[in-house]
Amino acid sequence: MSTATLDAAAVKADFPLLAREVHGTPIVYLDSGATSQKPRAVLDAMDRYYEEINANVHRGAYHIAERATTASEDARRSVARFIGATDEHEVVFTKNATEAVNLVAHAWGRSNLAEGDVVLVSLLEHHANIVPWHQLAAERGIEVRWIPTTDDGRLNLGALDHLLEGVRLVAVTAASNVTGDLPPVRRLADAAHSVGALCLVDASQYVPHRATDVADLGCDFLAFTGHKMCGPTGIGVLWGRRELLDAMPPFLGGGEMILDVRRDGFTPNEVPWRFEAGTPPIAEMIGLGAAVDYLEQLGMDAVAAHEVDLTAYALRTLGDRFDDDLVIHGPADTTDRGGTLSMCLGEIHAHDLSQVLDQHGVCVRAGHHCAKPLMRELGVTATARASLYLYNDESDVDALADALDEAARFFAF
Amino acid sequence: MPGLEDLYREIILDHYRNPRNRGELETPPAVVAEGFNPLCGDEVKVYVVVDGDTITDIRIGGQGCSISQSSASMMTTAVVGKTVDEARDVLRSFKQMMSIHEHGLGADADPADASTPSGLGDLEALRGVVKFPVRIKCATLGWNTFDQALAEVDSPA
Repeated sequence: MSTATLDAAAVKADFPLLAREVHGTPIVYLDSGATSQKPRAVLDAMDRYYEEINANVHRGAYHIAERATTASEDARRSVARFIGATDEHEVVFTKNATEAVNLVAHAWGRSNLAEGDVVLVSLLEHHANIVPWHQLAAERGIEVRWIPTTDDGRLNLGALDHLLEGVRLVAVTAASNVTGDLPPVRRLADAAHSVGALCLVDASQYVPHRATDVADLGCDFLAFTGHKMCGPTGIGVLWGRRELLDAMPPFLGGGEMILDVRRDGFTPNEVPWRFEAGTPPIAEMIGLGAAVDYLEQLGMDAVAAHEVDLTAYALRTLGDRFDDDLVIHGPADTTDRGGTLSMCLGEIHAHDLSQVLDQHGVCVRAGHHCAKPLMRELGVTATARASLYLYNDESDVDALADALDEAARFFAF
Repeated sequence: MPGLEDLYREIILDHYRNPRNRGELETPPAVVAEGFNPLCGDEVKVYVVVDGDTITDIRIGGQGCSISQSSASMMTTAVVGKTVDEARDVLRSFKQMMSIHEHGLGADADPADASTPSGLGDLEALRGVVKFPVRIKCATLGWNTFDQALAEVDSPA
């Protein structure tokens, strides 16, 4: 199934958008950390659903309704297989990773956390894995505690034992969307369990890029989103251990999430449907299933190897061409590092930098990347972030470097 | 297709490299307002001293991109010495210039060539920002914050 190496040119050809030109120049898409492009296979699968079997799921007893139900539940099985979950009922579809974390905060947090309990997060977290805990702190009086970072944007676990006191949940990212660091999730999950706490992993920037096995990670909850892994927007996943999900009350109330509704109350449905109130994003579920099939066909080991090689090339090329003028906030080599390059070029503001890059067709994200506590720690308000994915190749990195040269010339710092 | 020169006019880059009225003022007598652009993390502080009806001093703190910094810098030179009402007129004119709806920005619309005179002087250089809709918030950040500061003058907290 998996091949040793990735044929980058063939992969690129699978993505219709990457054949486009902007401002009269071929598009160089380096913002997959924000959202990935979609392969033809995903777009076709979603079109086929609407053109051939569009019907609501778990309701109609007619042919296309059954086909739609089967297709969307097949997608759940594909996702379960993709992350090594043995029980597809452990895969809850959400709107995105943010909703997945909020689901845990509402359904598990409000049932299990009381005043004084500690949720341990890290400074690498995206706001999606911070704000729900701040909200619980305001509402319940829980404490949000922080794992600090090192100068090169990794987690500093030196005081971990001390930090774990009173902790009920360790909520950490598996891959920083700013520095690219891949924290040691297994170690953190084991540490959480050693004090009787649970471990929630925000894997939004991990699942798209690395072979993922929830048993290997050792976590209790895993949150990620479809649109960063070649799937559509509007679909995310919360994976949780079955006994935890079974014990959690519903999150949103409505149709689909109930077994029975009476004048005096309701009986919630089984998991995962208990957490999927209302008509689900059927086309998006099917699209995510197709994305997973696409990635499996390429082989996640091949995807990861390609990205590591390309990240090494990018770090080397940018280092050679810009030396100290370009600061990349993150680990200097590819050890436990993803292809996320948060850059500051001289005194040029990230917004201005990305504007010049755009004139050369180079798409990067400029801003705080929804990680303001980390940005404060790094001492910057904004960076320009290039993020690499399976369809990028050395020519994209070279185009980035050329455009950075142009920016340096234009602003003449 | 709009090019970089539409956005980064020479006078804008000049104000970016040599910002006017940068710094802080003691509060009171100054009032201060703080503005954020949540999209890019830009932060700006506007300090204003109003003596009677007249804006006698104004300073800009914080950090941001060339457009937000230069727009705030140009704003200070445009409003200092003016009465509060006159400053509000400038503010209104500027925000009107920055409004894509006012210009009916479509495929063929070219707001930079709009013939309506705004009486904004050097600030006209920022007209090209409208062609880059994402950057409009950068250009208006200092102005909106200035507006908040004037509201503070009207009714101190």
